Amino acid sequence: MADRNFRHSPLEGFSSGGAVAMSEVPFLAQINLRLDPAGPAAAAVGKDLGVALPRRGGTSATSGDVSVLWLGPDEWLVVGPPGAETRLTALLESAAGAAHASVVDVSAQRTAVALRGPRVRELLALGCSLDLHPRVFGVGDCAQTMLAHAPVVVWRRESEFWILVRASFAGHLAAWLEDAGIEFTVRD
Amino acid sequence: MMLIPCPWCGPRDESEFHYGGQAGVAYPDDPGALTDAEWARYLFFRDNPKGPFRERWSHTAGCRRWFSLVRDTVTNEIVA
Repeated sequence: MADRNFRHSPLEGFSSGGAVAMSEVPFLAQINLRLDPAGPAAAAVGKDLGVALPRRGGTSATSGDVSVLWLGPDEWLVVGPPGAETRLTALLESAAGAAHASVVDVSAQRTAVALRGPRVRELLALGCSLDLHPRVFGVGDCAQTMLAHAPVVVWRRESEFWILVRASFAGHLAAWLEDAGIEFTVRD
Repeated sequence: MMLIPCPWCGPRDESEFHYGGQAGVAYPDDPGALTDAEWARYLFFRDNPKGPFRERWSHTAGCRRWFSLVRDTVTNEIVA
């Protein structure tokens, strides 16, 4: 019988154990949102999403299974569970109404890699110059930066880091993460 | 590596940025009225000071916003 499952994620089957556990979080719904942060549309979107659009640089806000990541002073990435892109796009478009706004489904642009474990920050420090110490980069903080020369969004969640990476860079990043993680697989 | 202060994202590595040249070069009010020499001067002629220089930068690997800063071209110190 023909394979009817045509959908494949960029890092299908990727996972790695050790002191830093890595796995893909595929098919997240991701909507890029641009609008005037001080306008009524921003307030309406916040109300409909159940959480206000974060105004402070490098932060995110979460309501239920939907999070909003700050990407720029008038730009956000709305992240939801797989399959939520149609619902989220409709919600954002209706909330923005006639305002000067842009709502674009970019779910296929990036996949996510979840990193867990006590050595996560040490691993990331091998390829990223940001200070990810909890004192500076707390739960919910996010940043667009470079990791192993790949442009990524680093996002700290409760117990793990998520790296949102473009599909075309994902293979490179996964290979780099596995290689960089080798030194942490030795028990100390 | 310079540490460049993005007004939105804070200090980041120079490699995250794209350089945009001299700041404050105004687009001519009526480009059609310029002579070729004046147009060429607008397009290609830039200051090249030894010392503080006001210039454009874009945080391409971050928030992708353009901003201006003053950098000392001798020491690379960012003074404003």
